[in-house]
Amino acid sequence: MAVMTMVQAIQSALAVKLAEDDRVMVYGEDVGVEGGVFRVTQDLQKRFGADRVFDSPLAESAIIGTAVGMCIAGLRPVVEIQFSGFIFPGFNQLLTHVARYNNRTQGRYSMPMVVRTPYGGGVRALEHHSDSEEAYFAHTPGLKVVIPATPHDAKGLLISAIESDDPVIFMEPKRLYRAIKQEVSEESFSIPLGKAKVVTEGDHITVVSYGAMVREVQKAMVFAAKAGIKVELIDLRTIYPLDRETLARSVKKTGHLLVVSESPSFASVASEIMAAVSEDVFLSLEAPPARLTGFDTVIPLPHGEMLYLPEPERIFYAIKNSVEY
Amino acid sequence: MFNPFTRPEIPMLRVLDADGRITDEERKPPLGDEDVLDAYKRMLFARTADAQCISYQRQGRMYTYPPNLGQEAIAGAFGRVIRSEDWLVPAFRELGAWLQKGVRMRDIFLLWMGVEEGNRMSDAPRMLPPSVPIASQLLHAVGIGKAMRYRKEEAAVFAFVGDGGTSTGDFHEALNFAAVWDVPVVFVIQNNQYAISVPLRMQTRSRRLADRADGFGIPGIQVDGNDFFALSTAAMAAREYAIEKGPVLVEALTYRRGAHTTSDDPSKYRAPEEEKIWETRDPLRRLRLYLESKGLWREEDERALVDIYKQEIDQEFQIAEGYPATRPEDIFRHAYREMPVDLKRQQAEFEKYLNWKEHYQWQS
Ligand SMILES: Cc1ncc(C[n+]2csc(CCOP(=O)(O)OP(=O)(O)O)c2C)c(N)n1
Repeated sequence: MAVMTMVQAIQSALAVKLAEDDRVMVYGEDVGVEGGVFRVTQDLQKRFGADRVFDSPLAESAIIGTAVGMCIAGLRPVVEIQFSGFIFPGFNQLLTHVARYNNRTQGRYSMPMVVRTPYGGGVRALEHHSDSEEAYFAHTPGLKVVIPATPHDAKGLLISAIESDDPVIFMEPKRLYRAIKQEVSEESFSIPLGKAKVVTEGDHITVVSYGAMVREVQKAMVFAAKAGIKVELIDLRTIYPLDRETLARSVKKTGHLLVVSESPSFASVASEIMAAVSEDVFLSLEAPPARLTGFDTVIPLPHGEMLYLPEPERIFYAIKNSVEY
Repeated sequence: MFNPFTRPEIPMLRVLDADGRITDEERKPPLGDEDVLDAYKRMLFARTADAQCISYQRQGRMYTYPPNLGQEAIAGAFGRVIRSEDWLVPAFRELGAWLQKGVRMRDIFLLWMGVEEGNRMSDAPRMLPPSVPIASQLLHAVGIGKAMRYRKEEAAVFAFVGDGGTSTGDFHEALNFAAVWDVPVVFVIQNNQYAISVPLRMQTRSRRLADRADGFGIPGIQVDGNDFFALSTAAMAAREYAIEKGPVLVEALTYRRGAHTTSDDPSKYRAPEEEKIWETRDPLRRLRLYLESKGLWREEDERALVDIYKQEIDQEFQIAEGYPATRPEDIFRHAYREMPVDLKRQQAEFEKYLNWKEHYQWQS
């Protein structure tokens, strides 16, 4: 065991898979010599060589498009898109090929690639460096979408993602990159995709979240506890496939649902969870399913960003409103 | 055997050598002493402002900032040539050109303080905000150019991009569209030899990025990006050519002497010796030596002026720092021209929450 930040845990997962599987290739902008702008791939080029870990020219479409070719040729590329806000030049490759190749070729060519990308706000960055794009990917048949909230989960989930024969969009909450430290095994271990985690048990309300908002919910739970509200916190971990079973079981017990995420709310992951829970345990609900998300506006620049991101007080407010409904 | 795969080396356009001597009288731009002096002062202002930005960032009074150090001659020369009827489509490292287009320092500070208002670029005419998604702005420039041709405007679009940006699809698509549509766009590549940590040789095997123009049937030239005179000649000729004949590509070869941004550490990927070499090729130093040799400038002038500039810049910064906090309505106001009812609801709910938050008995 070692104490790791999420950056270190992701790096550890990459190192484990680079060592275990010579089909794994790691590349992207500034990934090699520099070790990535967030230092996630630090020293990996030194350890595994420049034919396994390397810099690409500046072109997201080409990064993802060449990964398609590598998958066809039997490799397992793990590419980095420096910020999720710049994934869109590669969106065409993702939607028109990555997500469909297995289906198109009737299982002949699968796409065992991972697209890693830091996402989300709260780090006072330039425009396009704070958005949450998970809904676009979750909406696309053929892709899996994974978002860890702790260093331990980041490592185990990334290893599973690399081992997955389906393409995985692995979104890393950059606000948590160095914010939490945790004991993480240096060995290889995996956490299955598609399984949510009950972080804290409680009877009064189920709060479902993922990524950086999990920690904000935990802060809100301090206020809730003082007000005598027992929250059951579920960290989704995998956005798609969605673990409906865990959600249904919890809401059956609590009768209340609040989804907290930092993306805009319309046609979002939060909407989907509310729909799924309504379908599965409609008669157990004692209040309308609720969501607390970013607004349906562009996420503001740093000066106004903290108004947009759900803060612990506002999460508590939403919890209280649901419980007192 | 004859090898058809060889090409002659085409020389780079250069007028002023590293010691400030004119090496090519014929290609010198038609600028009088007063013009050159004025240009130098503007570059000095940009450099001073740039250094101030880094220091404000260090003090935690501003967020990430991309320094211009070593590249000022490009913005300085093009900024003089870009007229009010021309469009300026920036990447993000052309501070001097923005200033000459009429953008105020206080608003540039707002931009790097993460205040939305900054992106209005002081409402300077025909001035776009910087474009964070690399090279995406080049296609906008082509669209503007098309509109100008349609309206028969006698003006040009100046669009900037870095060397890294030339690897994108957008760069190639923009050049191709510009050529086919025959629009008055001057594409300026600031080749500072790095895209964050990635050196030019990892970005491309082209010896000269200017050669890309050939593939699109438009002219491309490489110019010494630290030579104010050569850049001015190139900029003037490019503007004229763009308006009369069509798009051109100018590669200005320079060096990013500072970090990529204030969050970057260049020592991770390049040698200090390399940085030293480019210090001796610095564009301001070069022009200053020229001015000094002609008796137009003295060290004391420089010191006195930098002091004045620092004060002026600091005053602008204080105005920017006094910008009021973002209010809830600011977030919603510009999302749509006509606010959807759903957004009105979100804003009302948010304001209700803020009111509740103020009055709730928080136990610490
Ligand atoms: C499409 C896109 N991908 C990645 C980034 C992140 N990024 C910001 S600047 C930069 C390097 C740009 O290099 P270059 O075009 O040479 O311009 P320079 O920074 O040297 O002025 C990168 C990769 C981005 N802003 N946009």
